[in-house]
Amino acid sequence: MEKVIQTEKLTKRFGDFVACNELSFDVDKGEIFGFLGANGAGKTTAMRMLCGLLKPTSGKASVAGFDVFTQTEKIKMNIGYMSQKFSLYDDLTVSENIRFYAGIYGMKTKNIRTKTQELLNELGLQNEAKTLVSALPLGWKQKLAFSVSIVHAPDIVFLDEPTGGVDPVTRRQFWDLIYHAADKGVTVFVTTHYMDEAEYCNRVSIMVDGVIAALDSPVNLKKQFNADNMEDVFYQLARKAKRSDN
Amino acid sequence: MQHDHSIILNNIKKTYNKGTLVAVENISFKVESGELFGLIGPDGAGKTTLFRILTTLLLADQGIASVNGLDVVKDYKKIRNCVGYMPGKFSLYQDLTIEENLNFFATVFGTTIEENYDLIKDIYIQIEPFKDRRAGKLSGGMKQKLALCCALIHKPDVLFLDEPTTGVDVVSRKEFWEMLKRLKAQGITILVSTPYMDEANLCDRIALIQKGKILSIDTPVKIVQSYPEKLFAIKSSNAFKLLQDVREYAGTETCFAFGDALHTTFKSNEEGVLNYLKDKGHNDVSIESITPGIEDCFIELLKN
Repeated sequence: MEKVIQTEKLTKRFGDFVACNELSFDVDKGEIFGFLGANGAGKTTAMRMLCGLLKPTSGKASVAGFDVFTQTEKIKMNIGYMSQKFSLYDDLTVSENIRFYAGIYGMKTKNIRTKTQELLNELGLQNEAKTLVSALPLGWKQKLAFSVSIVHAPDIVFLDEPTGGVDPVTRRQFWDLIYHAADKGVTVFVTTHYMDEAEYCNRVSIMVDGVIAALDSPVNLKKQFNADNMEDVFYQLARKAKRSDN
Repeated sequence: MQHDHSIILNNIKKTYNKGTLVAVENISFKVESGELFGLIGPDGAGKTTLFRILTTLLLADQGIASVNGLDVVKDYKKIRNCVGYMPGKFSLYQDLTIEENLNFFATVFGTTIEENYDLIKDIYIQIEPFKDRRAGKLSGGMKQKLALCCALIHKPDVLFLDEPTTGVDVVSRKEFWEMLKRLKAQGITILVSTPYMDEANLCDRIALIQKGKILSIDTPVKIVQSYPEKLFAIKSSNAFKLLQDVREYAGTETCFAFGDALHTTFKSNEEGVLNYLKDKGHNDVSIESITPGIEDCFIELLKN
């Protein structure tokens, strides 16, 4: 199996504080990988290192085949990223946002035109191409943000709490998009506070106090912790946390 | 001052952008004194608009509302003295320390930390070791606890909490609801909003709200009882394929993923679906009739 993320004892210290302590894990191509943890467990720090935004203190890691110490610019070109907080420009239209991100990722003008049409069709937003993103319902914005984050066909997309705040139907439609992308071979690395969404992942890791406390498929984790659901697994692990959030 | 109903809203409407954007419409409900009442709905439902109207920070276009028997327009100054409000966005002074923030709010309301210490003690002792730290340097969980202390320091009759648990992990969310239970036990009326449907069961009564309209108001138990369909949970090891296959099944009415199961309703009955799924290659498929949760009810109500 091809590995899209490989880390070995990946560590980040801020002074005396060890935010991430010797993380070692792999993520396979096309896998939906859930990255969970209590607030302050070190998830954001780990994600920032994997996205090439933060230099690790020690250890090894590669993302999409590039080294997180020396090839951060290459990493940025070959990953997608979407967060709940910021993804699209409200004062640009739907098609302007697509053009902007595709341009940033170095796509050719001609390809951008075709890709824009393709995306609009896929999302059923043909009639909204010239609508300002600020006027779209939140659920549509999130779907558009996701599509834009993989507009350059990256090997892997990082989703940081992508479904926060949307209604239960839209939240599930969003997961349809995730499944669809994974089916096409895009690796999905996702964080969430909804424990039912952890069940939709192929494998889930749970960070506690800077280390990966558990990593397996939801079925195996539930067996291991003798739990009915992932919420219980998470609760058993995270309530032992000594670190508070940041 | 005690009333049977701490909060009354009657036909409240609020629009923005010169009337083009309807934030809330036809909103009427009452919250009883001492009740823990939940407003449950996604972003954009109008929850914050209702909070701002009730805390006298925003004028409604239409309708009347009162808190503790006081009118939100005429008696706004009195209301501000007897309610505590924790907005969704952290709104304390970032460059004051924990203790300075708390002192500031106590002083504004003409009281002292000592006078109402009993009320906040449980919560405050958790952040007291850091009392000389500036609020801007606190972790999310500590900010949340400080904000709750500041909203309680003048011993309000009614507490308004706008999405206090959004973005907070499962463990901290449980702790927060424990704190709310203890405050309720002291007789404080609490109106709390949340996008997390699982928190609905921790409220005495809830209003499910979407796009400015109330879908249903009742106790969580009664909302679940009024679910009109027979609901089934279907499981198999290949969850994604199962979802596609059940959706394609001609007898399926609705099908949504809920953790490791698919919550499914059928047009007539469930007979036949097992054989259909076995033909599709699911060897380990199981189906059982289940009691719906609040999230199932919310999805059902969205259909209309």
